[in-house]
Amino acid sequence: MARNPSRLRKQEERWAYLFLLPQFLGLVCFVLGPVLASLFLSFSEWNLVAPPQWIGLENYRVSLQTAVFWQTWRNTIYYVVASVTGSVFLSLALALALNEKLRGVTLYRGIYFLPVVTSAVAVSIVWRWLYNPEFGLFNALLTAVGLPTLPWLNSLQWAMPSVVIMSVWQTLGYNMVIFLAGLQGIGDHFYEAAEIDGATAWQRFRFITLPLLSPTTFFIFVTAIIGAFQAFNQIYIMTNGGPANATRVILLHIYILAFRLFKIGEASAVSWALFLILFCLTLVNFFVARKWVHYG
Amino acid sequence: MVEAPQGLADIEAPMRTQVQPTSQRRRTRLRHFVLHVLLSIGAFFMILPFLWMLSTSLKAPGDVFKFPPEWIPDPIVWSNYAKSWTLKPMGLAYLNSIKISTLTTVGTLFTSSLAAFAFAKLRFRGQHILFIVLLATLMIPVQVTLIPLFILFKWIDWIDTHWPLIVPAILTNAYGVFLLRQFFMSLPNALGDAGEIDGCNPFQIYWHIYLPLSVPALVTLGIFAFLYHWNEFLLPLIYLNSLQNFTIPLMLATFQGAYITDWELLMAAATLALVPVIIVYIFGQRYFVQGIALTGLKG
Repeated sequence: MARNPSRLRKQEERWAYLFLLPQFLGLVCFVLGPVLASLFLSFSEWNLVAPPQWIGLENYRVSLQTAVFWQTWRNTIYYVVASVTGSVFLSLALALALNEKLRGVTLYRGIYFLPVVTSAVAVSIVWRWLYNPEFGLFNALLTAVGLPTLPWLNSLQWAMPSVVIMSVWQTLGYNMVIFLAGLQGIGDHFYEAAEIDGATAWQRFRFITLPLLSPTTFFIFVTAIIGAFQAFNQIYIMTNGGPANATRVILLHIYILAFRLFKIGEASAVSWALFLILFCLTLVNFFVARKWVHYG
Repeated sequence: MVEAPQGLADIEAPMRTQVQPTSQRRRTRLRHFVLHVLLSIGAFFMILPFLWMLSTSLKAPGDVFKFPPEWIPDPIVWSNYAKSWTLKPMGLAYLNSIKISTLTTVGTLFTSSLAAFAFAKLRFRGQHILFIVLLATLMIPVQVTLIPLFILFKWIDWIDTHWPLIVPAILTNAYGVFLLRQFFMSLPNALGDAGEIDGCNPFQIYWHIYLPLSVPALVTLGIFAFLYHWNEFLLPLIYLNSLQNFTIPLMLATFQGAYITDWELLMAAATLALVPVIIVYIFGQRYFVQGIALTGLKG
């Protein structure tokens, strides 16, 4: 707007800062401030009652020495890898199918997207019922087709896969829609040229669709990984971390440490460890992306 | 489960060829048929949990534990809904959720569009760096701020009130700022210049010229913000203690704790929680799917 004398420019600047004020006030009070406070808390011992004590790296040392911490990390990595891989591959396949001019495509999209908008708490209660070992629908279906029933959420081996299946079910539609947007951004002329050159269907997928879709795939991978590290609701409702900590993931671990055991310092240390790992992971992601993401 | 990649890539080719040989057309038709079968099976599994929830919610307590299970309840017990509505103060939870989600949505649309307008249409020192700082906060996971925020709100005596759910949500929406900035940038600067010549100040230009043109973007963003806060669970779990302040997801979790194996009541309660969202979804579908597609939008 203002390409006028400096008095007007000053005025414009003042307006701009005023407009930014609410969001940046929030940023300082509710994001940056707490991040620093969290770092401070991670070096102290505090149960919310007695005044906090500075104990240096003790919380980090204690965390690293507890078995639950390592189990939590194993669970979290299992959950992140399995749910992200499952969700990304299925949603890509789905998006490819729905990018076709099929009849009823809108209805399909609507159905596959539906779980995304529903409350995780409500659908987790429903899934706990589906997974019920004695009276649940899944075991009834397995019996109907002559397969042995599964203990689902009640067993050490099956609890985490069950949680992953439910999470894939809920996030599939979200990634699908983003993939669809990416697919629709690929110009027809690429496929026309390939056809003239006699490329097979597989070659067109491999050498046109995949590379041109790679920025979308990258975006989905980064956001899905960050999201999966913050999984909480479905696990809190379906298993509460059990059986025997088999589904205890990092956010649940932090929640239990801070709000059930009131070990504020240790919980903060775990949060910061997670933050650093996520940060490095995202950097690695961006670095590796140079090798496989093509920006047209 | 859905489709092998090989078959998919040649989907588009036949449609582009103006004159198709009959054999090719037949192949296309066959492929479409296979796709329909696979997609229908997939879609069935996507809605299966909802159908099973509805079916169970209408059963008599004893019929829930029949094996193999029945899909159509006999008798149909409508009173499960009335029962689960009154066993816990569900009506109150609805009011709380509506209050919190509405206030946060309206508030966040206002503050984030203001900031977005400044970034897109005004010029000021530090513009670039401030924008980068804002975007960088998107990378901070909820875990890191959770505990300090709890302590802060305990300190100012906001625990067990709705304020810690409303105020930070209104004042922090980096995603919203980013998306609305992109949207404002797509609108011509000449509109603002015209307003300036007519003597509008920047707020009037924002309010009377650019905001009315942004209604579609605001609606999409608003729907997602509303849903996000409506479904939010972790923060209410931490901040709220008394039943009369609970939101719907928190009330549901309490309900599950109290009636852990009363499946017909649990399913009725889950249905009551999901129905409004599903109705809004069915009517506003194009905003959901198009909006997310246009922006890669989340929460």
